[in-house]
Amino acid sequence: MRAYVPSYDLRVPGSLSETLALLAREPGVWQPFAGGTDLMVLLEAGKLPHKRFLSLSKLDDLRGIEATADFVILGAMTTYAEIQKHPVLQAEFPLLCAAARETGSVATQNRGTLGGNIVNASPAADSPPALLVYDAEIELVSQRGARWLPYHGFHTGYKKMQLASDELLRAIRLPRRAKPWRQYYRKVGTRKAQAISKVCFAGAALVEGGAIREIRIALGSVAPLVLRAVKTEDALRGRLVTPAVIASAMETLAREIAPIDDIRSTARYRLRVAQNLLEEFLSQLAK
Amino acid sequence: MEEKFFGHSVIRKEGREKVTGRARYVDDLAFPEMIHGVTVRSSIARGRIRGIRYGEGIPWSEFTIVTAADIPGKNEIALIEHDQPCLASEVINHPEEPIVLLAHPDRYLLEEARRAVQIDVEPLPAIFSMEDSIAKRAVIFGEDNVFKAYHLEKGDVDAAWAKADIIVEGEYRTAAQEQLYIENQGMIATANPADGVTIWGSLQCPYYVHKALVALFGLPAEKIRVIQAETGGGFGGKEEYPSIIAAHAALLAWKSGKRVKIIYDRAEDMVATTKRHPSRTRHRTGVTRDGKLVAMDIDFVIDGGAYATLSSVVLSRGTIHGAGPYFVPNLRVQARAVATNAPPHGAFRGFGAPQAIFAVERHMDQVARAVNLTPEEFRRRNFLRKGQTTATGQLVNEDVNFDALLDRAFRESDYHAKRERFARENPGATIKRGIGFASFMHGAGFTGSGEVYLASVVEVEATREGIVRVLAASTEIGQGANTIFSQIAADALGISYDRIEIARPDTGAVPNSGPTVASRTSMVVGHLVETAALGIKRQLVDSGLLCDACTEDEFVRACKRYIETRGPLRSRTQYEPPPGLQWNDKTYSGDAYGTYAWAVYVAEVAVDTVTFEARVTDFVAVQEIGKVIHPVLAAGQIEGGVAQAIGMALYENVVWRDGRMANGQMTNYIMPTAADIPPIRVFFEEQPYPFGPHGAKGIGELPMDGPAPAIVNAIENATGICVREIPATPEVMMEAMTEKAGALA
Amino acid sequence: MPETVSRISIACRVNGEPRRAEAYPMARLLDVLREEMHLTGTKEGCGEGECGACAVLLNGAIVNSCLVPAIEADGADIRTIEGIARGDQLNAVQEAFLECGGAQCGICTPGMIIASVALLERHPHPSNAEIREGLAGNLCRCTGYQKIFVAVVRACESASEKGPAIR
Repeated sequence: MRAYVPSYDLRVPGSLSETLALLAREPGVWQPFAGGTDLMVLLEAGKLPHKRFLSLSKLDDLRGIEATADFVILGAMTTYAEIQKHPVLQAEFPLLCAAARETGSVATQNRGTLGGNIVNASPAADSPPALLVYDAEIELVSQRGARWLPYHGFHTGYKKMQLASDELLRAIRLPRRAKPWRQYYRKVGTRKAQAISKVCFAGAALVEGGAIREIRIALGSVAPLVLRAVKTEDALRGRLVTPAVIASAMETLAREIAPIDDIRSTARYRLRVAQNLLEEFLSQLAK
Repeated sequence: MEEKFFGHSVIRKEGREKVTGRARYVDDLAFPEMIHGVTVRSSIARGRIRGIRYGEGIPWSEFTIVTAADIPGKNEIALIEHDQPCLASEVINHPEEPIVLLAHPDRYLLEEARRAVQIDVEPLPAIFSMEDSIAKRAVIFGEDNVFKAYHLEKGDVDAAWAKADIIVEGEYRTAAQEQLYIENQGMIATANPADGVTIWGSLQCPYYVHKALVALFGLPAEKIRVIQAETGGGFGGKEEYPSIIAAHAALLAWKSGKRVKIIYDRAEDMVATTKRHPSRTRHRTGVTRDGKLVAMDIDFVIDGGAYATLSSVVLSRGTIHGAGPYFVPNLRVQARAVATNAPPHGAFRGFGAPQAIFAVERHMDQVARAVNLTPEEFRRRNFLRKGQTTATGQLVNEDVNFDALLDRAFRESDYHAKRERFARENPGATIKRGIGFASFMHGAGFTGSGEVYLASVVEVEATREGIVRVLAASTEIGQGANTIFSQIAADALGISYDRIEIARPDTGAVPNSGPTVASRTSMVVGHLVETAALGIKRQLVDSGLLCDACTEDEFVRACKRYIETRGPLRSRTQYEPPPGLQWNDKTYSGDAYGTYAWAVYVAEVAVDTVTFEARVTDFVAVQEIGKVIHPVLAAGQIEGGVAQAIGMALYENVVWRDGRMANGQMTNYIMPTAADIPPIRVFFEEQPYPFGPHGAKGIGELPMDGPAPAIVNAIENATGICVREIPATPEVMMEAMTEKAGALA
Repeated sequence: MPETVSRISIACRVNGEPRRAEAYPMARLLDVLREEMHLTGTKEGCGEGECGACAVLLNGAIVNSCLVPAIEADGADIRTIEGIARGDQLNAVQEAFLECGGAQCGICTPGMIIASVALLERHPHPSNAEIREGLAGNLCRCTGYQKIFVAVVRACESASEKGPAIR
């Protein structure tokens, strides 16, 4: 049942400074509107209580992908289509490209943005697990200035994040050290395409001499927020990849995640499959 | 008669309009001064209406408001029983039951107004399962919640058990399924006492809507006119439901004096309209040691939802198809359609047969295992042959050759080699592969005396320019009715396909050729089209204006001469049953259908043991269908039906919460995408049926019957797990695989 | 009465022609096309960006118009199903859909043709996997997709034979 569309205001500021001024002057009144692939669905369903939006479509400051020696920096308005096409991302950050490719459909990927995905803060988001594995950092700007913070820890609870009411997400940066890592991404959805994930797993590990020197594991759809499985990482760091170590890690993971029953799947299924994906990832490392 | 167009893949009659976006569906139609309508519905499953409150902040005086009190005739949606109201007035029997209608020119404001209407209800205890209905936890229909029951007996089942060496039992379940036509339901209506009611809409059966509106308005038949707009898919979902939305639009038009359009959005369409009847089938089967069927006892229950609608007919088809394409000398089927407080379930391609066939084809694999035979060897020992009788005692009088169908299906799918290879490769593999099949039949046309009761009429007329128009109530809904009728008429008259025009189904202009359902359009109505077209030719020949063998130009000139000198050139044909068909409604025995199409479908699956997902990797569909009218359209029917059935088997899950569909969005009700559907390879055999046009049988629903059991049989082959319900979602698969692993540990 | 914002003016190019419309800023591009501009070829199937029936080309890229707010149409270049044929001359994809039976009920067809055109612009000779992925955002309930795949392959073949006619 569609919301009352005539009540909804969407302004298109021409510059970043104009946008930040509005956010500063009327904190909480304006919400940013990126690609619209989440917000328009809520509007159509009559589930969008907030009514005043600022479109970021004219903000060139938020667009573009830049590769420096140490980082790849993506503007918040980078679309999934743009992510998939970028040669450095393809070469060094395949998990993010895989996530972008599996998000919605080609039509969604032309509109949906990485920044919008982060700020929408769905625990089932596809790209955030990859971002966590890559030690992503995000830049928040306001009239008060700009700050970088680790993406890990940005989300503090279900749909809660460390974003002040006058701040806007401007960019995401990925340190360019992922290349030597063994990488794995798997999204388990309701069908092969256009699916919200039931479980999403991203993993990367630096393996030397059969032992895990360093490791990152992140999951979606198994907790109120996208989760870095730090306990499971700790249990694996420095260990040789043996069946016993894998089994033990699977048990640690079970204690670290908190999947639920919902309209798409069950807690039991999510738990079991999350463990299976971990096992599949780790078994690949052992080869 | 030369088959210049019949049997060839001519261009779809309305194809150009469809590929250019010019085809006009109901929501594409705009009229001046048209206003919009919406429906206010119940949020609870069962209760008494205590009051209706219209909230603040809405300019109610601008709105047209309709309740049951505004209905001029009977507050009823006339179909079979008289239990379903058009608008609930005192009692609510299911979630989303319509109560109040609103109309206003502003579509946005209308939604706001809909939110502002409060229905005060006093809840009553509701029932949501077949078990609770049968146990009468609450009685919501009649004395015992049973809409309809059938009892079919053949031979002597009770005595026959003694002759069985082995008895196998099993219980199987199928779930609700949403038709999910991509075009949401919609209607446009004008209505006033002077002119009567005119409806434009997305629908399969204009005369069903017509009948319902006659009763609702208490107007004579000629004052109601129903016109089909281009319709974006139906699959049964637009068989009976459109009468409700048409009634609603017409009531708003009646009260407002304006033309009213109601278009559902996807969420409303999914939660409020009909779905496939969920089913529970219990099989008890007796076989001899060498695998001959001796006795079958089947208990078949379907969940009809809150009102009777078409449940009795769905039940009938499930009853008749329940024993499969096998010779069963002693058979008992006890079938019931029971009431629950869900929105009424309704017609969906297959109409009871997919439910019954899922059960019997799963069960036959279990019985085969119990007597140590392969699934195919067991079936070969029991397939129906010419001269034997079906479940209803109907004599099989055609050369049905299931052995040959099975052989062909196995050859095309490489069944034996794959089965052997998978058995070798599966141990230790992460992806387990399997292959399975289902053998089945589907009766085309209305059951028993149904076609006689329908007494379908088709007319054909020619214009002065030599254009030949076919007038029938059969609706093009994507299956190709317009194209097929054109091929048939063109060949009957020996003229070009492009000279044939199919009149828009409009009850003001076409006769009642019956509903577009039951796989009858090609076989029954197509035959009438041919006869009526030949009638035109005969009139011209009898008048001396044409020879039997003539050119197209001669035909055109003769039409002109005839009309100029004698008046309208029109031919009318009414259905006559094939000779010798006998059906007994009381004992439910005899010739259930004029003929059956026979099929063997093979599914190859891959089951991922990491995620418990099963997916179909290859599909072969072999069927004997009389005669192929249009190769591309015929294959298209099979391919589309198989895809829908793959959805039914693996993906499409209705999540129920207190009788309401909780996942009424395309995001959460999962139908297969282009990435999920395997290659579907279709093969036809032809044994002409004497009473179908050029020998054609009906095929629209056949492809819905076989895939689900073939797929679940393949899953059992791949993993050893015995799944007895669909959809076999990964969650269901995980529980079954875990249970099996635990049992083996 | 609920509060209301002002309607905005939109100036854009649709199928090569300059068009103007008035709409609420968060009205859907789909509704602007269908209701304001009377271009009813683009269809609504779900309103949630899942079925692709509403697909159009926005500044050359395929999008679901049910999820695009009207204000973003301002200054945009839009191509709908009505702009795929050139007058009476169907494009290669449309011809192929006709020849191969790619359309049954036709409601998904406008979006499916837009998606096929967009796919063939990205991949002039797509593999089977690329076809499936490219069309995975367009749901069809009638065909089981088989004849749609055949049509897409036919369209690329005929485009190679006769010269580019996809666009």
